[in-house]
Amino acid sequence: MNEVLFLTWVRGMGLNIAIGIFVLGTLLRLLEIYTLGRKPDLATPRHRAGASGLHTVFRRSLPPPGMFKKSPASYVAGYVFHIGLFIVVLLSAQHIKLIQSLTGVWWPNLPAQFIDAATVVTLAAMVLVLVERINKPVKRFLSTFEDYAAWMLTFLPVLTGYLATHHLLLPYTAMLALHIISVELLLVFLPFTKLMHVFTLWGSRWYNGDVNAKKGVAV
Amino acid sequence: MSATLNKGIGVLKEIIDAPIASFFSSCVHCGLCAEACLFYTETGDPKYTPIHKLEPLRRVYQQEYTLTGRLTKMLGLSKPVTDDELDAWQPLVYDSCTLCGRCSLVCPVGNDIVYMVRKLREGMAISGHAPDGLVEAAGRSVEIGSPMGVRLPAVKAQMKHVLEDTGIEIPLDVTGAEYMVLMSSMEIISFPEYLAAIARIMKQAKKSWTLCSDAFEATNSGIQIGVSDIARVLVQRIVDGAEKLKVKTVISPECGHAYTALRWEGPNLIGRPYTFDVLHILEVLDGFYDQGLLKISGFEEARLTFHDPCQLVRRGGVLEEPRKLLKLVANNYVEMSDPGKMNWCCGGGGGVSAIDEAENLRLVAFKTKKSQLEATGAKTLVTACANCRIVLEEGLEHYKMNVHVTGLTEMIADHLATAEINSREMP
Repeated sequence: MNEVLFLTWVRGMGLNIAIGIFVLGTLLRLLEIYTLGRKPDLATPRHRAGASGLHTVFRRSLPPPGMFKKSPASYVAGYVFHIGLFIVVLLSAQHIKLIQSLTGVWWPNLPAQFIDAATVVTLAAMVLVLVERINKPVKRFLSTFEDYAAWMLTFLPVLTGYLATHHLLLPYTAMLALHIISVELLLVFLPFTKLMHVFTLWGSRWYNGDVNAKKGVAV
Repeated sequence: MSATLNKGIGVLKEIIDAPIASFFSSCVHCGLCAEACLFYTETGDPKYTPIHKLEPLRRVYQQEYTLTGRLTKMLGLSKPVTDDELDAWQPLVYDSCTLCGRCSLVCPVGNDIVYMVRKLREGMAISGHAPDGLVEAAGRSVEIGSPMGVRLPAVKAQMKHVLEDTGIEIPLDVTGAEYMVLMSSMEIISFPEYLAAIARIMKQAKKSWTLCSDAFEATNSGIQIGVSDIARVLVQRIVDGAEKLKVKTVISPECGHAYTALRWEGPNLIGRPYTFDVLHILEVLDGFYDQGLLKISGFEEARLTFHDPCQLVRRGGVLEEPRKLLKLVANNYVEMSDPGKMNWCCGGGGGVSAIDEAENLRLVAFKTKKSQLEATGAKTLVTACANCRIVLEEGLEHYKMNVHVTGLTEMIADHLATAEINSREMP
């Protein structure tokens, strides 16, 4: 298969398969998790302002008191690469055009130079996150194959996107095909790995906030 | 698979609910929970990372409740949880976890880790992997009525002492009293000042109260070891006592776990809401003060600080009352670092103080409290949990620190305004 045929496949059939697995997999995982339900709490609740599931959904986006200085690199690199991914994925002209062609929905994009800079910063932050994972005893101890695989699945789309945009390393068509297939791999594996936290962390924060709010503790 | 292991795994399958499934699905192995755990921060050993303590539970979840986990299990590719593994996890689930819940406050994806440790203990205990010290304490609680083996005659002896010291008769089994007062074994054996303090405070407030001969012990080893059946029996005893005596409010003593057990877990254990209120003694005192029933005179002059009991504050929600009350009687009060809900545990909660094998580790973990305390320069350490108090006293003794530890209720009682109440002579 030459690179044009490959590109055609990843843009057509490949994308359909990936999106299919992603959507069905995510639905299955969400059902698997949230249909387990939980028992009602019979203790008389205590009410306190600022304590609720919803408060915790937002509040937990900031480091709790004293935590930032315990692990500044985790927080800084964590924020930078999450925000960077958001910008690169959702605010680049090419991605918005793709989304528009699939759904008809569109929104304004950021200038290409800005997206470029965000991509480089995101890649740097992700490298730092990986270095931390390897160097910090706790992170290394907790890490399994899945942690490194999930990192790679997230890193490759950003890297290949940058290389394709700048016509580096490989001919544009080949690099674009690699970019698209790396995104497809990410979509396929997301529901079945820790990357699923994209969807479940909101529920987790809500449960934690809710359980503690019943005791009157804002967490 | 042994029958007990089978039972343990069965219990774990039962306790896994949507929150637990959501928590395990959200964990990204960032390891920040380690920074919140004093067993990690004091030892630097990654095995004490809170989320790692849950590994057996995570695998049961993964193998039983996820499609990919079930497939790998069917193909014989997954590693089942074994007795040896649970045995190896005992020091992680019990010795090095005080159920302090600090990890649950820092997890960036919002995982309530302590909620899961508490649940994992259910499976550990049923499968025979709970520490002996806790098994024995729980046994004594069911058979004798208290984890330390305290029986009614010991309580009666203390009632007599209080009568001699304060001239106040302690009411026992008074039907229709407004308050039923509970104690912890620790208070009956080591801190008799507590009962005397209650007697004097109630007398000043002119409130009717009683002890109950069937239910004087508030602590709940069932919660600590993780056996809901035992926890239920112990809570039911208090509920029966309170309903028999038709009291309006049951007062949980200066004991953190007693409070969470009775106030937050109790109704869920017995399967219905109570017909009475449960308040911690500090909530009662705060209420008395607001109603003008607590008249205070004089101040503690010593530089003093407060140790927040985890189960009372972070896990119990009694947040403002301790400081409000302290400031009534202390004019040289200094705040410790990370006060209130971000406090650091004394190192002996969650049953850890009853586990002999955990003693050395507990003393290492105590270094956090030691340095916090040193930074305040306080010579008096006030707290509101008898277990914290014992653990703090042992830690201070071990590190040869000259700091006096006392209970807040006692300190308040020492500053009651009425001369008649303060008199220690016989009437």
